[in-house]
Amino acid sequence: MARTVEEINEKIKKGNVVVFTAEEIIGVVKEKGLKKAAEEVDVVTTGTFGPMCSSGAYLNIGHSNPRIKLGGGKSYLNDVPAYAGFAAVDLFIGATAMPDDDPRNRNHPGEFNYGGGHVIEELVAGKDIRLEATAYGTDCYPRKRLETWINLRDLNEAVLFNIRNSYQNYNVAVNLSNKTIYTYMGILRPDAANANYCSAGQLSPLLNDPLYKTIGIGTRIFLGGGVGYVAWQGTQHNPTALRGENGVPRRGAGTLAVIGDLKQMSPQWLVGTSFMGYGTTLTVGIGVPIPILSEEILKYTTVTDEEIYAAIVDYSDAYPHMKPTIVGEVNYAQLKTGKITIQGKKVPTASFSSYSKAVEIATTLKDWIKSGKFELTQPVAPLPGVESGYTFKPLKERRIEHTNNS
Amino acid sequence: MISRKIVLHFPRRLVDRPLVYHLIKDYNLEFNILKAQVTPAEEGLMVLELKGKQEDYDKGIAYLQDAGVIIDSLSQNVARNEQRCTHCGACITICPTGAFELDPVTRKTRFLDKKCIVCGLCIKGCPPRAMEVHF
Repeated sequence: MARTVEEINEKIKKGNVVVFTAEEIIGVVKEKGLKKAAEEVDVVTTGTFGPMCSSGAYLNIGHSNPRIKLGGGKSYLNDVPAYAGFAAVDLFIGATAMPDDDPRNRNHPGEFNYGGGHVIEELVAGKDIRLEATAYGTDCYPRKRLETWINLRDLNEAVLFNIRNSYQNYNVAVNLSNKTIYTYMGILRPDAANANYCSAGQLSPLLNDPLYKTIGIGTRIFLGGGVGYVAWQGTQHNPTALRGENGVPRRGAGTLAVIGDLKQMSPQWLVGTSFMGYGTTLTVGIGVPIPILSEEILKYTTVTDEEIYAAIVDYSDAYPHMKPTIVGEVNYAQLKTGKITIQGKKVPTASFSSYSKAVEIATTLKDWIKSGKFELTQPVAPLPGVESGYTFKPLKERRIEHTNNS
Repeated sequence: MISRKIVLHFPRRLVDRPLVYHLIKDYNLEFNILKAQVTPAEEGLMVLELKGKQEDYDKGIAYLQDAGVIIDSLSQNVARNEQRCTHCGACITICPTGAFELDPVTRKTRFLDKKCIVCGLCIKGCPPRAMEVHF
């Protein structure tokens, strides 16, 4: 019954496309059987809403009079340093950047109240942002200081460009030491008193297309409340991670680099986030449509929380010291009951990825497709797959020898 | 018989007066201290649960207020900003008294302010900073 993306888009234009979310499709296929469902269903939508640290945005603020060259100087947006290593008025603001005088962890655990992620949220919300910049001045860009309010509507480009988002599965974090620790997986109490996880599980984009048969470079997606695209594989993309027989990774595997116009996004789906003792970040909403091009592709979208396993990792010692040992494995259905068993003990669980928001994203994307305003794309290039042998390597430190001259 | 959780703010001059002792002895109220601290400015903060007859409770509160203690109802002190809450669920295991619960069907979180003892852990522990405390 092989269907093509072009055929699906024709149905979208006509208004008779059949779409289900990755949660609904489980019941649909159970009821109709895979073959019949594959004949009827055109698209399955996925969603996720969680903290994604490798996020940021680039802006072109427009030229001042006289002109200033921000590149090579120092620029701050609401006291948060923005990267100015591009042409005259191009800046990049990253989610984890913080004001120079933020105490960070000087008084551990630090609060991390405000950072790049919060600047991005305020920018998208249409708030005025304070830009303060110094520059070294050139003949063609003579100005050396600039202090001005900027606003999203006045910028030339404001582009969300997240170099790693939408992790395909992740760890479950516990703390086996005897002191509370503060991590990007939240506050972890001693002796595995709690376990935190972060995945949309059966709704998660890459877990519904585990071998990247449909998602690739150029895939059009829901991003931050607007439309975006997959730009590249994300950093740390790891297609060769351990997988189960169903092809679904049992460890953090693939990732996506995504891009989109910030001006059509919403602060509801790009939320500045603080992790005590760790730092600031941005919580990002992403939804990816999966075109049902074959029965095989449909089968992958019926994955359930029960079939997705994750590794329980000790974040007090094993994680910081790159030790490969894990405490055990557990599936997302177990995690979502609110309690898992670790070494005979019942441990309460909590998530950082909002499942209810993931449902909202997948449903919103479904509505966009059904209403004809969102068409699917054919990727222009694939993501590196399992056969590519692409791996995620650790840093091999090589000592720099210092001579008397250097 | 009524039961109320209240937040008491003791100005500096009252910090070493045994006011709670008089609540029990003179007004016949049962008490449970949920939180007690002297802040760096040497002001006292106490979160108390008081049980007793309505008239004894009213007289006890009047006694405290006459002595100069400022009293707030507990549920006014910790609130959730519904616009900021993303229902991630991180609060569930941060809270020591189980004042957050997850609806198993909608997977949304609920804040049960009656269980809150104003420990403050969720204030900084909530990633989108949706929890607010007003003392």
